[in-house]
Amino acid sequence: MAPAEIREAIIEILEDIAPDEDLSTLEDPKAFRDQLELDSMDFLDIVMELRKRYRVQVPEEDYGHLNSMASTVEYLTPKMEDIAV
Amino acid sequence: MYDTIIIGAGMSGLAAGIRLAHYDQKVCILERHYTIGGLNSFYRVGGRDYDVGLHAVTNFTEKGAKKGPLAKILRQLRFKWEEFSLSPQAGSRISFPGMDLKFDNDIELLRSEIASHFPDQVDGFRKLEALIGGYDQLDQESFEQSTREIMGTCITDPLLTDMLLCPLMWYGNAREHDMDWGQFSIMFESIYREGFARPFKGVRLILKNLVKRYRSLGGELKLRKGVKRIHVQDGHAQAVELDDGEIIVGKRVLSSAGRIETLRMCDDVSEVDTRQVGKLTFIESISILDRQPTDLGLDETIVFYNDSDKFHWERPQDDLCDMRTGVICSPNNYEYSDGQQLDDGVVRITSIAEFDRWNQLDESAYQVAKARWYDRAVESAVRFVPDFRSQVIATDMFTPKTIRRFTWHDNGAVYGAPDKKLDGTTHLDNVFLCGTDQGFVGIIGSIMSGISIANQHCLRD
Ligand SMILES: Cc1cc2nc3c(=O)[nH]c(=O)nc-3n(C[C@H](O)[C@H](O)[C@H](O)COP(=O)(O)OP(=O)(O)OC[C@H]3O[C@@H](n4cnc5c(N)ncnc54)[C@H](O)[C@@H]3O)c2cc1C
Repeated sequence: MAPAEIREAIIEILEDIAPDEDLSTLEDPKAFRDQLELDSMDFLDIVMELRKRYRVQVPEEDYGHLNSMASTVEYLTPKMEDIAV
Repeated sequence: MYDTIIIGAGMSGLAAGIRLAHYDQKVCILERHYTIGGLNSFYRVGGRDYDVGLHAVTNFTEKGAKKGPLAKILRQLRFKWEEFSLSPQAGSRISFPGMDLKFDNDIELLRSEIASHFPDQVDGFRKLEALIGGYDQLDQESFEQSTREIMGTCITDPLLTDMLLCPLMWYGNAREHDMDWGQFSIMFESIYREGFARPFKGVRLILKNLVKRYRSLGGELKLRKGVKRIHVQDGHAQAVELDDGEIIVGKRVLSSAGRIETLRMCDDVSEVDTRQVGKLTFIESISILDRQPTDLGLDETIVFYNDSDKFHWERPQDDLCDMRTGVICSPNNYEYSDGQQLDDGVVRITSIAEFDRWNQLDESAYQVAKARWYDRAVESAVRFVPDFRSQVIATDMFTPKTIRRFTWHDNGAVYGAPDKKLDGTTHLDNVFLCGTDQGFVGIIGSIMSGISIANQHCLRD
């Protein structure tokens, strides 16, 4: 998957776990927390959905990388580049 | 081999099951009863549908709300707001001698009631509100602080303190006399800040949604399969043994049966401390009317009453029940969409009861006591709402013995043990507690409990 596709995958996950959020205005460099109503349960869900859908493991010490869309995509790119779309 | 074995198909067990099955675990829920729901199940008698527990679903927030426990559980379980089909209450009241406080799903009403009846307590109430946090701001230590002590620093009129405590204790306090600050905060949020709602079809709608979802995710549910023992080796549960002797093996066990009830199943535990078990239980007296309650002027959703200035939240001292306080609920008095209305008028009255005395009665004395205490409960209640007795066409009643028989909770305790185990751990490294004894009670609370303990202990491996 290319970065643009990883971004799309994250958007799909967010649509599922936070269906009442407007994601069209999401600014990639800004923290999710400042734009969306996400709590620690929701962050766990991002990690769990990545594991369920793409078999990607995010260890707990790396959760900080999932701070914003930009940092999430950057962190996931090497982990997901071999995954076919 | 299951990833997780869940004991109990009540709200908390089903919610935990959905979380785990959604993330591809092999899950099995074992339920001793022949149906789901536990403390909040439903049944049919004399051609009518009854709910066991449901007066009100607490924590009501409108569609689209992103904050609060209801929004959180809908997200976590991937339900749409519409699927719970909640209609808001018409309005409720706290009624003490010569003093009434009305409240509804907008806390402004309660604030203005306090301003007009307790003008010198307005600042104190504001101060109290500022101290209250949510589910996630609570650790074990701050959870267990005394509510009466903290309220004492804000509110100086003991009548207002007792009036505010009355509904919150009724809907979620396992402790006699005082209340854990954490529990108080959660209930304050659930009832005064968010509020009451009900699905037109009652609790069965919520339960059916939960079980349908669980099964569609591949979760297994076995009814009439009670867990008799948990086989333990070296601080680790190996398997569970069912009442019929069948052995089921799993990596971990999540139990909603209660803390002491679960410890008793563990074969490395020879004795449990039954003093830790909850003591507060209820009778529920249900009256079916030949007309809508509003036709009699009974137009509130829930009335919490107490017949003196001092509110006594304790197990009855010398009788089967205590009639000084009670809850009167009419499931008709919700703002159902499209003008729908329940066919029958219904009035449900909850009164505090004492398990041992009910349990000791022989069968004929038990039947006599049920009839007598139904009458007394209604007699007590009509001091606070219009008298509906000549309109009653059918009645049903259940007692602590009924609750115990169908949920296996010690003493038929509705809100479990007074001391909660917020982190859900036990002495075994792969046995966890959810539901009542973990600490979050009520329909929304127990669903939340199942979700958060599943997340904390059963998902990350
Ligand atoms: C009369 C009454 C009125 C209520 N009114 C309201 C209300 O209006 N609003 C509200 O929000 N809440 C209300 N409640 C509270 C609410 O129903 C409970 O807090 C909630 O249902 C608890 O769910 P739980 O999953 O923690 O426990 P439970 O529902 O008790 O679930 C535990 C399950 O485990 C099963 N079990 C026990 N032992 C075993 C075993 N050894 N093997 C297998 N299975 C076992 C039981 O049968 C049960 O199904 C009311 C409760 C009662 C009794």
